Amino acid sequence: MSFAGRSASVEFRSVSRQYGRVVAVNDVSFTIRSGTLATLLGPSGCGKTTTLRMIAGLEVPSAGRILIGGEDVTTLPPMQRDVSMVFQSYALFPHMTVLENVAYGLAGSGETRPQQEERARQGLALVGLSGFERRMPSELSGGQQQRVAVARALVLEPRVLLFDEPLSNLDAKLRRRMREEIRDLQQGLGLTSVYVTHDQEEALAVSDTIIVMDQACIAQIGTPWELYRRPASAFVADFIGGANLLPCEVTQIADGVATVQVGPVRVQVEASENAMPGTAKLVVRPGAVAFMTGVEALSGLSALPAEIRKATYLGSHWEYTLATDLGEVFVTQSSEAGYPPGTSVLLALERRGLALVSV
Amino acid sequence: MRTPFTAVLAAGWLGFALLPWYMLEDGLLAFSWLGAYPDRDTAPALVQGLAHGRWWLLPPVAALLVPLIAARRPRGDRLAGTMMAAAGLFGLAWLLAQGFVIGARGWTQPWLTEAFGRIQARQFGMGWGALLTAAACLYVFTTGLARRGTMRGDAFVTGAIGTVIASILLFVFYPVSKVLLAAAVDEAGGFSTAELAARLTTGNIWGLACLGGRAQCGVLWNSLALAVTTGVLTTLLGLAFALLAERTGFGRRGKGVLKALTVLPVITPPFVIGLGIILIFGRNGTVTLLMEQAFGIPPSRWVYGFTGLVIVQVLAFTPIAYLVLVGVVQGMSPTLEEAAQMLRASRWRSFRTVTWPLMRPGLANAFLIGFVESLADFGNPLVLGGNFEVLSTQIFYAVVGGQTDPGRASALAIVLLCLTLGAFVVQRRWLGSRSYTTLSGKGDAGLPTPLPRRVRWLVYGSTVPWMAFTVALYALVLFGGFVRTFGIDNTLTLEHYATAFGIVWDAEGLQWTGRAWPSFFTTIELSAIAAPLTAAIGLLTAYLLNRQRFAGQGAFEFVTMLSFAIPGTVIGVSYILAFNVPPIELTGTGLILVICFVFRNMPVSIRAGIAAMTQIDKSLDECSLTLRHGSFATVRRVILPLLRPAVVASLVYSFVRAITSVSAVIFLVSAQYNLATAYIVGRVEVSDFGVAIAYSSALIVFMTAGVALIQLLVGERRLGRRNGAAPLAQRSVAA
Ligand SMILES: Nc1ncnc2c1ncn2[C@@H]1O[C@H](COP(=O)(O)OP(=O)(O)OP(=O)(O)O)[C@@H](O)[C@H]1O
Ligand SMILES: [Mg+2]
Repeated sequence: MSFAGRSASVEFRSVSRQYGRVVAVNDVSFTIRSGTLATLLGPSGCGKTTTLRMIAGLEVPSAGRILIGGEDVTTLPPMQRDVSMVFQSYALFPHMTVLENVAYGLAGSGETRPQQEERARQGLALVGLSGFERRMPSELSGGQQQRVAVARALVLEPRVLLFDEPLSNLDAKLRRRMREEIRDLQQGLGLTSVYVTHDQEEALAVSDTIIVMDQACIAQIGTPWELYRRPASAFVADFIGGANLLPCEVTQIADGVATVQVGPVRVQVEASENAMPGTAKLVVRPGAVAFMTGVEALSGLSALPAEIRKATYLGSHWEYTLATDLGEVFVTQSSEAGYPPGTSVLLALERRGLALVSV
Repeated sequence: MRTPFTAVLAAGWLGFALLPWYMLEDGLLAFSWLGAYPDRDTAPALVQGLAHGRWWLLPPVAALLVPLIAARRPRGDRLAGTMMAAAGLFGLAWLLAQGFVIGARGWTQPWLTEAFGRIQARQFGMGWGALLTAAACLYVFTTGLARRGTMRGDAFVTGAIGTVIASILLFVFYPVSKVLLAAAVDEAGGFSTAELAARLTTGNIWGLACLGGRAQCGVLWNSLALAVTTGVLTTLLGLAFALLAERTGFGRRGKGVLKALTVLPVITPPFVIGLGIILIFGRNGTVTLLMEQAFGIPPSRWVYGFTGLVIVQVLAFTPIAYLVLVGVVQGMSPTLEEAAQMLRASRWRSFRTVTWPLMRPGLANAFLIGFVESLADFGNPLVLGGNFEVLSTQIFYAVVGGQTDPGRASALAIVLLCLTLGAFVVQRRWLGSRSYTTLSGKGDAGLPTPLPRRVRWLVYGSTVPWMAFTVALYALVLFGGFVRTFGIDNTLTLEHYATAFGIVWDAEGLQWTGRAWPSFFTTIELSAIAAPLTAAIGLLTAYLLNRQRFAGQGAFEFVTMLSFAIPGTVIGVSYILAFNVPPIELTGTGLILVICFVFRNMPVSIRAGIAAMTQIDKSLDECSLTLRHGSFATVRRVILPLLRPAVVASLVYSFVRAITSVSAVIFLVSAQYNLATAYIVGRVEVSDFGVAIAYSSALIVFMTAGVALIQLLVGERRLGRRNGAAPLAQRSVAA
């Protein structure tokens, strides 16, 4: 199958959606470029599903415009939008066979019945389900049902493909595999896709762009790298990758590098464009903190004194909770040998794991 | 523009420019009108307006023109939608307004004559042309709304909402409001609140003379006394049956008997039980004659009146109470009672603090249903009332009796309507939702505790004789059709069946000589038309209520359910008042009977549909919508196939109810369209019991066959995963 030229961009212009007094989506604007995969990421209830359903036409915005491929589709019903969606529950029609399910969307395409079935077969082959045509959905495993749902959406060659937490019903291992398959399909076919998840790892793994939402608003839009390295807010920093937020003082900014005083320590951090001298919060990634022994500390590196409160061994790494003068700090260490609680250590903050956010 | 709408628009033009606007003497399909076409009676609106001076028929053309312009605008254009909606609404409003304002004798309202002077204009009932034009206006309006983005831009959904609302307004709201108005119309035809007050407060209704001496009480008190007695007795007996089914050995072995007992009343025409009682206790009744022979007690007419009515109604409505209460008894977890007893509460205390509060809503519900059914009952009081007058029969006599008095009929109808609506509102507001959950509630695992000994004997003692009585009654009814004159001359004969259903095969071929055939065929024809319509509009309404969200939905649901609480007699009167004069003249046609069936039985379809639809995952339809299927295709290909049990239930129920109903249709039948029940009532009134009984038995047998046939035709779902099929009769209670 070829999908060339079908994919279209998606644009939201100040879109809001209210249910009575509940604001589910509040003044949201973004553009998803054609052929890319964008993830809507955020905690439960932040409005991800509502946003996705508005793209599909299953909800109508209370205000604002939605454009697909430059065309205003705000008032168009779902069937005229050329968008298809993979549902969290898969929503396979229980009274139809796998083949009938996949061919369902082709009914109005003007093709003959055999042509439709041929296309449905191709779609099933694409997701590796050849030979399952005659089965009923209830005779498939969860992962297979998921693939049927994807095939059913794919054969329509939609301008935009939507996924609402497509993997949340699968076990961890299968989830990993399916997300890679989806990503491969999407990239191979050049499909514009919008993917909803509340799993940040999944989002980081599959996305070209991540749209982080918080309480009905957009917290930040960016590539996985940007979100991790340049979080726009404490919320984003914490939600993506986890973060210790330490109060700090930006003393100087020069050439895009900020000099920051955090407790007794002075560090240099890449500054974002709008960073200004004054109080701020320093984002410290748990994996970018080194423990120093007394000898190293004497060598002149500035370090943060801390005491280990809790130590947990997790096989591949250790997790520590430490008490410092600036508050609790959570750190992961990949070294095999651990430190018992009560040990006093000095913490060195590595520049690769630091970022600044405003208070 | 999408094809369905193009078809609607084409139909609108057809109705406006080609088909006769007014109703035709012989109907459209007789084609006798083609000869005179297009004269003043047969011309379409376009010709009427341009050539016959009826200019007021022209403005609705705006609604048919605007969509042609709007079709050129790009999709998603709101302005085009707004224009269409406005034009459609204008067309519809104008069409209705002209119909109501200009009648068969010019202006219909005196103040219009005063304001504009007399006019020559006169017009009669609207016909097919008007119907198609009005429908097109409605859909132009709803499609316009959809283009503006209403209901996610789904024209099918807005159209469906429009259809249901318009038809309920036209066929429930409008007639009922006519009744309310008619009660205020005085002799001269003007409005008078004094007249209304007088009619509503007359001693005939409210009189309390019976307390003092031998005089009759007001008919309201009769109805109330009967309804309360029936309500209490059916509730108690229903409870006894529920306990019998759930908490005794009989219940486990005799399920079939109990099931038959609950289905029988559904397929029994309402006055058949009354007939049976006459056969037993009437002047020539079996028991009466036995008593005379054995003890010399002279036959009397005691059974005609309050006592007889109570017996009949309790027989007829106990199964409904049973269905409500069996759910309650099932839903009461025996563990709760046990827990209370373990906590050392005495039996009485555990009953008072645990069992009773759990049962109270169910009991209240059962009582209210019995109460309303008794108030609305018409067939039994007609057959068995004697001098005991109740509201429903009084309404009937005020319409068809010696001196017809629509004002009095309306006033009585208002009183009756207030009573039933009051009970209905109480039921919905106070315990509606709770009673539904208990209805479907399943008992907890574990064996129910057996009943205390004394209660068990009480249960057996009340239910077993009652069941025997019911069986004897039905047996007698069957038997009564095969004897010459029941009680007097018990020689076996087929004479009654021959009179009713005789067939002769002679030189001219097959001759349907039986006197019952015409009404029998009409009944089948009309109920076969009404059943699918009822199911369709009921399930459509259920779909809107269950699957869509729109402003005013709560009120919408309430109104659709309301028509269930309107007694048949009130509907009958209201239809006569509303559809006997232009602009909508339907009396005397088969159509009015079909419409009456549809709107009286629709609530059950709605309930069955909602119950089944809640079990179908909503993401299935949404998924279908994103797979390039509109709502209509989604309904057809996804929802309906999964909804088969509900479709069967609605079809069966509306079919059967159309055949057995009496109260409303007895006002609406005509010589040409007579119905089985009306015919039977006529036989009873002249004491021709043999034929009446033979006909009733035949109907019961016929309906059993019909039900089986529907089940066969609609068949089973391909996938038995979700089972939404509850027993039919249970549905009728839930509604
Ligand atoms: N039909 C509705 N009526 C009222 N409120 C609603 C409706 N649908 C969603 N909401 C509210 O809107 C907000 C956003 O809901 P939404 O389903 O978009 O969240 P979500 O981000 O998808 O959450 P989750 O990760 O839990 O699926 C929630 O507060 C929710 O309660
Ligand atoms: Mg969600």
